[in-house]
Amino acid sequence: MTEATRRTLHWRIIAALVVACLLAVGGWVFAQDKPAAPAAAQAAAPAPPPSKPDPGGTATGGVADVTAKTAGKPTLEEVADFSGHNRVSINLMWTLITGFLVMFMQAGFALVETGFTRAKNVAHTMMMNFMVYAIGMTGYWICGFALHMGGLGAISTMGGTGLLDSEFAISLFGKDFGLFGMKGFFLAGSTYDVAVFALFLFQMVFMDTAATIPTGAMAERWKFSSFVVFGFFISMFTYPLFANWVWGGGWLSQLGKNFGLGHGHVDFAGSSVVHMVGGVTALAGAMVLGPRIGKYNKDGSPNPIPGHNIPMGVLGCFILAFGWFGFNPGSTLAGSDLRIAVIAVNTMLASASGAIFAMFYMWKRYGKPDPSMMVNGMLAGLVAITAPCAFVSSFWAFVIGAISGVLVCWAAVFIETVMKVDDPVGAIAVHGVNGAWGVLSLGLFSDGTYGDGFNGVEGTVRGLFYGGASQFVAQVIGTTTCFVFIFAASWGFFKVYDLVFGVRVSPEVELEGLDVPEMGVHGYPEVQGPATLVHAMGLSTPKAPAMSMTPERAR
Amino acid sequence: MKRIEAIIKPFKLDDVKDALTGAGIIGMTVTEVRGFGRQKGHTEMYRGNEYTVDFLPKMKIEIVVPDSVADRVVGLITAAARTGSIGDGKVFVAPLDEALRIRTGERGDSAV
Repeated sequence: MTEATRRTLHWRIIAALVVACLLAVGGWVFAQDKPAAPAAAQAAAPAPPPSKPDPGGTATGGVADVTAKTAGKPTLEEVADFSGHNRVSINLMWTLITGFLVMFMQAGFALVETGFTRAKNVAHTMMMNFMVYAIGMTGYWICGFALHMGGLGAISTMGGTGLLDSEFAISLFGKDFGLFGMKGFFLAGSTYDVAVFALFLFQMVFMDTAATIPTGAMAERWKFSSFVVFGFFISMFTYPLFANWVWGGGWLSQLGKNFGLGHGHVDFAGSSVVHMVGGVTALAGAMVLGPRIGKYNKDGSPNPIPGHNIPMGVLGCFILAFGWFGFNPGSTLAGSDLRIAVIAVNTMLASASGAIFAMFYMWKRYGKPDPSMMVNGMLAGLVAITAPCAFVSSFWAFVIGAISGVLVCWAAVFIETVMKVDDPVGAIAVHGVNGAWGVLSLGLFSDGTYGDGFNGVEGTVRGLFYGGASQFVAQVIGTTTCFVFIFAASWGFFKVYDLVFGVRVSPEVELEGLDVPEMGVHGYPEVQGPATLVHAMGLSTPKAPAMSMTPERAR
Repeated sequence: MKRIEAIIKPFKLDDVKDALTGAGIIGMTVTEVRGFGRQKGHTEMYRGNEYTVDFLPKMKIEIVVPDSVADRVVGLITAAARTGSIGDGKVFVAPLDEALRIRTGERGDSAV
């Protein structure tokens, strides 16, 4: 008998034994079950919780599950109490679960941004996407959430607790202009409450989505130390302020109540609050940083710098599209609001038309359907539908996505060749440009089937084509405010930081790749050789020469 | 002895290897290389920008054979690697002074 046949026989014997054990145990379990059923039926008379199995699922749960003083005989008040608690439970559960989905979008961003940049910077690009989650969360917990949501008022879908009741406002033209909230710092004191905590989780992952967008546009040349400070800056100041104005009861949301402009600036899930803020911050950052070495020729014409891993980028896009089912439908903050079905379908339709139209546009215009642009097209469709997803019909959702698919390709080339801003992954075109398109499209196509009472204004949300011209005006004001405020604040931050500490790595570091000089390790050591080889070339000094590896040990 | 160096299209490597092993050639060295010839690379698009791929990926096969079979081996490689389109590659043949098998110390034809 050869070694190979002996081994095969050995495995066959093990497999046969496993199957025999399973059959024996299974047979015994089912045999035990048989006599149990009639016994339960006999004892059914008065004993309340019936212990018979319910494979169909129709008999599980009933009057006995309603909490009541007299078990099985709840009063009307007890039933009402219980159903109210159930409604809030469903809403709170929905908010948390969709928040968990949005958290996973961090992985999508990490893969898209790393896949569409070069192999010599992977550890650096990945770790920016990784640490922005931890840093952003900390900053948001310290003061971001308080500035953002501190003056929200009652959280109507989660029990209506009005614990977040302190908004700083100034008075202009006889109206209050809410600027920032002042309650919920460190989630301490009277905000130690389940509804507030659920809201914190959901809003925190949204903020993190905005914070991780600039890492793509600024990749391959951004100093890690400068990125860390930026992570605190956006999560503690710029994002919370603009988000307060739209979602926290601030002045943009009150444009309807105060000045009769539709329902005020409406952004259902964050085309402007999340994506445009991220995209405009990315634009300011990429402008202060300047283009990567080798991106532009002396005559100003751009050179393509292809990404190193297309499969990674495509997987990242799919993870983002999956997470968007949390992003948009979750923004009802209510699982009991059945509009979530419309929102989810609109979201997926816009992602499809975005990808399709980006594909055809690139194919027709440049000869081939560029993979990175098809990915950008799907993401652009998702970004654009984020604001109007709850207010438009499926037809307009598809159209909004289709326009964004073409818009993103055009904008990416425009930003690169005309504005001369180097954005390796297309973050400005995807999130900035299509974020703006998303909130504006809400002001055009909202069909008046949803949003009664939104931002304290009676009646449903209608766009320009459905008799709501003033809604479009509110959207234009919101979009302009977003661009002006976020660009000015972010550009100022990056410029001042650059003058004091510097935001960009040295040309030597950039050419070598940021992984070893900035992070101390190669993302792909087997491809690029052990880090110590790079040290040996005199580009940086090894701290522990005793750790130098021979090629065998490196493998 | 002759040293034969063939630069071929990467997807033709298996065909060439099969042809040579079928003819009794028992060893070869293969390297992934990049280069250009008369074709001078070609242009591609990435995110709306045209770029030139100057150095196209090719496979380089090196084998050492006795003088007597060199012509036949060159013929086999040429036949197996040809597609008839631009960029099929080149074969170079050069005389070789000495070969040595490290484990046994054999020299000359018996070493390869």
